[in-house]
Amino acid sequence: MTTTTQQLDVELNEEGFFVHPEEWTEEMVPELARREGIDEITDAHWTVIRYMRAAFAANGTGPTVRALGKSSGVTIMELYHLFPKGPAKIAAKIAGIPKPRGCI
Amino acid sequence: MKDKIEKVSIIISKGSLEGIYPGLIMANGARAEGIEANLFFTFFGLDAIHAKRHEHIKLATVGNPGLHFATWAGGLPGVSSLMTHYMEHKMEALDIPSIPDFMEMIYETGAGIFACKASVDLFGLEKNDLIPQVQDIITVGEFYDMAAGGEIIFT
Repeated sequence: MTTTTQQLDVELNEEGFFVHPEEWTEEMVPELARREGIDEITDAHWTVIRYMRAAFAANGTGPTVRALGKSSGVTIMELYHLFPKGPAKIAAKIAGIPKPRGCI
Repeated sequence: MKDKIEKVSIIISKGSLEGIYPGLIMANGARAEGIEANLFFTFFGLDAIHAKRHEHIKLATVGNPGLHFATWAGGLPGVSSLMTHYMEHKMEALDIPSIPDFMEMIYETGAGIFACKASVDLFGLEKNDLIPQVQDIITVGEFYDMAAGGEIIFT
């Protein structure tokens, strides 16, 4: 693990997802986002991140891009604009939840 | 760290339900992983982007041993429609979008959608016969230029 990861003092898996989602706090978001190449967190980013946390709390798993597009209030086009490297995957990393699994 | 796929070019050449979905799922899944994706529709695969036909894509019930029923039964009138409805019903329950909705969704992910020029000419089609999400009608040479540096998947 890199030194910057140690600064956050959380355990991440090989792919960079939180091993213990309960260790996540909102204060970590700017640093987590920066590591994914997102320098400015907009309100829309927060909408998605909070939706990821809520969905994980309710279902024990994060939503796929399709589910996000249908339920988060952010369109799929906008989701890819906010998280170009994969909305569900990157938002899950920043939201401190496991990688969503699902083919669609 | 394992090598990561950066770009895929997926060719869809068949016009049946089971011929079209796998390529769409792979393209959409690639974008979800942050992989650049382009979709190319050729031959009967063009039906997936044909404005009047893409709502009427059928499951192949003849010559499809995966269905596990007699070939003659698959050819009876209405069997293909019935099996297609059954499959669509199951897919809807799993929240798998219909082909028109899937094309719209894939377009929104930023994937490129292209039609093969030879096939468009062969079937006597024009750009306005195709769904508006189609970016362009391109030649095989242009396809290879676009696919350069990535993986090519033929379905």
